[in-house]
Formats: sequence, C-alpha cells, structure tokens
Amino acid sequence: MWTDALIPLLPFAAFVVIGLSDWFGRGFGERAHWIAVPAVLGSMVLSFIAFGSVLSDGAHDLTFYTWAVSGSFQASIGIHIDALTAVMLLLVTIVSSLVHIYTIGYMHGDAGYARFFAYIGLFTFSMLMLVAASNLLQLYVFWEAVGLCSYLLIAHWYERPAAAAAATKAFIVNRVGDFGFALGIFLIFSIVGSLDYDAVFRELPKHAEQVISIAGIPVNVITLISLLLFTGAVGKSAQFPLHVWLPDAMEGPTPISALIHAATMVTAGVFMMARLSPIFALSAVAMGLIAAVGAGTALFAATIALTQNDIKRIVAYSTVSQLGYMVMACGLGASAAGIFHLLTHGAFKALLFLGCGSIIHALSGEQDLRKMGGLKSHLPVTYRTFYIGALALAGIPPLAGFFSKDEILFRAFSTGGTGIVYWGIGVFTAYLTAIYSFRLIYTVFHGRPRAAPEAMKRLHESPSVMTVPLVVLALLSVTVGWAGLPVAGWNGIEGVLDPVLSTGGTSESAPGLLIILMLISVVAAVGGWMTARVLYLTRPELPARLAERAAVLYRLSFHKWYIDEVYDRLLVRPTIRMADRLWQGADVRGIDGAVNGVGAAAMAWARGLRRVQSGQLQHYALVMVVGTFVILTIYLLAR
Amino acid sequence: MVPLSYYVILSLVVFLIGVVGVLIRRNIIVILLSIELMLNAANINFVAFSHYLQDVGGQVFVFFVLTVAAAEVVVGLAIIIALYRGKGSIDVEVLNRMRW
Repeated sequence: MWTDALIPLLPFAAFVVIGLSDWFGRGFGERAHWIAVPAVLGSMVLSFIAFGSVLSDGAHDLTFYTWAVSGSFQASIGIHIDALTAVMLLLVTIVSSLVHIYTIGYMHGDAGYARFFAYIGLFTFSMLMLVAASNLLQLYVFWEAVGLCSYLLIAHWYERPAAAAAATKAFIVNRVGDFGFALGIFLIFSIVGSLDYDAVFRELPKHAEQVISIAGIPVNVITLISLLLFTGAVGKSAQFPLHVWLPDAMEGPTPISALIHAATMVTAGVFMMARLSPIFALSAVAMGLIAAVGAGTALFAATIALTQNDIKRIVAYSTVSQLGYMVMACGLGASAAGIFHLLTHGAFKALLFLGCGSIIHALSGEQDLRKMGGLKSHLPVTYRTFYIGALALAGIPPLAGFFSKDEILFRAFSTGGTGIVYWGIGVFTAYLTAIYSFRLIYTVFHGRPRAAPEAMKRLHESPSVMTVPLVVLALLSVTVGWAGLPVAGWNGIEGVLDPVLSTGGTSESAPGLLIILMLISVVAAVGGWMTARVLYLTRPELPARLAERAAVLYRLSFHKWYIDEVYDRLLVRPTIRMADRLWQGADVRGIDGAVNGVGAAAMAWARGLRRVQSGQLQHYALVMVVGTFVILTIYLLAR
Repeated sequence: MVPLSYYVILSLVVFLIGVVGVLIRRNIIVILLSIELMLNAANINFVAFSHYLQDVGGQVFVFFVLTVAAAEVVVGLAIIIALYRGKGSIDVEVLNRMRW
C-alpha cells in the first residue's frame, strides 16, 4: 500500500521542514512541535493500519527506488513490512509519539528546541527505515544513521564538556561494533553475492560446511559471519564489553534516553539478531557465545545498577541488563521471546526514563538519588506511573515485564544443559532487578526529603503534556504483556511473529514446569522487592553497614567493575599517547620539518645570493667586462 | 702608408683606457666620457677597416655611431643633473639605491 511509504517519510518531512527553516531562517522556535507531533502521530496511525493489513494479508513490499546496480549486484531502498517489522513499527511510532509530546513540556524554553525536534524526526525516520529494510545494505545504512542521530542528540547540550565527551564516546565505541558488522556483511556478500534477506537466507545454508582460514586457523564461515554480525549487536545494544557508552549517553536530554537509549535504537541489535536469526541458527558455536554474553551482561549490569547514585544511570544500567536478557534469548534460539521482551521493555523503560525526566524537571535538574526523597505527595502522577514502571521492570505479575521475562527464562530452562545455568543467572538477575527498581522508588519518593530547600520550594508536578505520556505508557506497561500470555490460544505475539521467526515450540507444551518456573521467578521478584523495602524503607541504616561489611564487592559495583578505568589504561591513553607521538614526531618534526626545511633552504640560498646585488654600478660593469672576456676567449679557443 | 695593425692597436689602447675609466673612476661624468672613448675606439676600427677594405659602408656607420653617442650624452647628462639634484652628489659609489 502506498500509505506505508508515509510511515517513515512523515517524520522525515518534519525533519526537513524544521531543520531547513531553522538553518536558513528564523525557524519555528517554540512552535516546532506543531509540525513534528502531527507528523509522528500520522506515522503512528499508519503503522496501526499497516499492522492490520499484515495480519490479514501477510507481508508486503514497496520499493522506493533502486539505489545501486553493479553487475549482478543490486541494492534497492524501500520498505518491507512483515509481522516482525510491523510490531517494531508500532513500538517505534508509539514511543516516538509519546516522547515527542513529552518533549514539548520537558524542553520548554530550551535554546535548541527546534533543533531537538528536527533531530528526533530524523531519528524516527532512520529507525523506521532500519526496521523496514529488506536487504543488509539498507539495514546497515540506517543502522549508522540512528547511531549518528544518537550522537547528535546526546550532544544536544554540546556546550557541556561532559555531554560532548559522552557523545564522542558513544560514537567511537559504536564504531568498534559497526566495523565488525560491516565486515560480517562484506563476508556474506563475498559468499552469497547478494545482500537481500531472502537470497541470503536461501543461499547461506548451502555454505554451512565451508571453512576459511584466518592466519592459518580454519574457521567455519557461518560462525565467523554470525560472530561479526553479533559484534555489531554488541556495540549497538550495549552488551559487555562494549556497554560503556550507554550509561554515559545519559548526558543527553531525558526524552532521548527514553526514546533512543531505552526503547528503540539500543534494541536495534536485538532486532537485527532476530531478523537474521536464520543465519545465527546455522552456527551452534556463535549461538552459545551469544547466549553467554547476554546472560553475563544481564547479571553484570544489574550488579552495577545496585549502587549507582544517578537515577538516570541506574535506569541505564538496568537497560543494559534487560538487553542482556534479550540477547540471551536470541542466543538460545528464542528470538520471538527476545522480541516480546523488547516490546514490553520498550514500554516500561520509556516510562521509567520519562518518569526520571519528570523527577529531574521537578527538582530543577537534580539527578542525584541522595538529594531526593519524600517526593511522593508532591509528584502524585509521576509517583504512581513510576511505581507501575518499577513493578513491570521487576517482573511482578500481571505487569508486562513478568510475562516477557518469564518467557525467556522458560526458554532457557527448557533448552536444558547450559540453558539451566542461564536460567539460574536470569532468576538471580531478576532478584537484583527488583532490588534496584524499588531502591529507586523508596529513596526517591519515600523517606524524608533531602533536596536543597530552594529546590523543594520550587517543587511542582510536571505539566499535563508530560504526565499524559506517562499515564499512557503506564497503561501500556500493564497491558502489553497480555499479548503473550503463556496459555494455549492466548499467546498472541507468538502467533503474529510465527511466520517470520521460528518460535521453537509453544510454551504450553509443559504447563506443570511452566507454573513452577513462574512461581520461582515471582518469588525472586517479590523477594527483591521485600529486600529493597527492608534496606531502603524500614531500616535505612542497613545499606551503609552492608557496604562496609562487603567493601570489595561494594567498590567493584560502585566503580562499575573498573571497566572504564581498564579501557582508559589499556586503550584510550595509549591511543592518545600514540596520537601525540605521531603528531609531535611524525607530523611536526617529520612532515612539517620537511616542508619548512625546503622553504628555509631556499631562504638561506637567497640570503647569500642577494649579496651580489650590491647596487655598485662598477661591480656590474666589471662582471660584464670579465664575462665578455671569458666568453670571447672560449669562443676563440674553441674555434 | 701606415699598416692596418697600427690602427687596430691604437683602437685597442683607446678602448682599454675607456674600460679602465668606466671601472675605476668614481665621477659619473668621467665614466660617461670613458664610454665615449670606447665608442670612438670602435669608430677608429670602422674607419681603418673601411679604408683597408675599400668599402665606404664602415664610414657611414661611424656617422650613425656619432649621432647615437651625441643623443646618449644628452640623455646621460640630463640623468646626471637629475641625480645631482636629488642626491647632492655624482659619486657613483654613493648612488647605490638599487641594492638588496
């Protein structure tokens, strides 16, 4: 349907109009949202229509134009909407619309108001084109485009050095992953000769046994491709060891954290792995590694989130942790469960971030947990919606997070073998998740106020333009999970995704086991909740004593396992030192020396030679006479 | 009958006197006179060879040389006067503005 084309193009049009008018003229200023919001809302409505048509008629394609033709190679730009794309379109446009509306209140009075709307328009367009790609080239192009938007938006307050540094860090760390991703795509092209999903999925299994040698070591080609593609996902979806950029990205405005760094862009890695799951499924080695990285990241990030003091960072680490669950699901061959968790996570994590934004807004920019407390009665809407978000994140039934997380845990357990270890890690992580979620709730909203008195005086609930998106997201956080009820005939999401993703058997096959596993994870979640209640509400002196008792663990967690420090020592500083050497040695001394040396030599020559021009007439005459004599002599002698 | 070589030697001597005058005298008027000497040394050669070769062309050429020399002296003296007015000197070592 031609209206499908408008889904990405409406936000793009908003970007062009706002961006150009801001660039060339006085721009729209504080009226920019009158263009951006209707555009993205229109896009959302069309996404619902597209979703309906996919359900009734199946997948459909629309090619905008053929971008490149070279020999047998052909790359076209267009949109391909199947079930997976359709649910992603819904997620992106819904969260983007709510964030757009929220931004009207949050960024009110900001000097870069119109610029901000222009960039989130561009981001929405890029993300929609990414999920609607039907070939790897388009996927890659928009993969980079969302990275660019992320960079631009993290650096929205570019005059703040921390924001500029965070944006650069995000870009560079992502570059590492994207480099691997690009290599993976090159390798696919060199083997299959095409980048279209269909062709790749059809041709690649024929090369399953092919082995190529790297530095003398024989490697299975599919494993190599999978691992390279996975490198891209590690970067984009902030998995260990490339997770370091995401917490720093919180320097950007909060709506960006909600849209890009929680609900959509960071999930692109998981989406890519689900989209390309036929490739990953061919390599058991890669799948094992992916599951291990996912499970490890989930646990690792949760331990860090326990002790951080910046509310946005806590939520950021929780995002890393939840992305770990999704990656683990993909690694276990349960992409559908991963995508389901991606959807529910998109709802409740966007809610939590926007809630953080509302708290920060109310406290005039304060982000430190230790300077909050007792905000419950002052921010009633934020409190209630945030509570729902925390319940969903912690996985308390019947909220969204419970069903999706449980689906992943059930898949892990039923895989058997190492899957049971991953299940154990997942359950323990769920326990930690509940602790830090409710630590947030109890320290921010309960207890006595610790904010500065002047901040308390100006304390106010956010305007309705900010609270309405919170309420909508809270409703979604409650209900979205019901799309995947683990009851026969009720599991809507698997039915929808089934044509695209192999769901690996339905969860109803073992109802008894399912109920036991569910009970265990509910116990873990509620246990975490109660632990947090004791630690941060009833006996608030306990955490400090606990930190003293387990000082090593506490410091490891508080300093994020010293990963940043290790990178700084091993990578950042040697790189800077090498660049410094190259600059001072090779460039200043070598190249500049050569260039300046040539000039200096010419100057020195000239300084000597110009002495000849004495201005004395008789010197010139003498030279002329002697010269004539010499020439005549040579002439006469040579005859 | 005076042999040709005598004229050539005379011409050479006059020419060398002119050259040495140009090279060593500091008064610019004397330098101008020395240039005249060199021109006239050439004229001696022209006349001598004209007679020797029985060709009147050489003598005709002498008239041209004399004319040009006269014109040159006019211009040269005018420049010298202008220089003297500007610099207060006609010493060639003082007139060294055209240097590095």
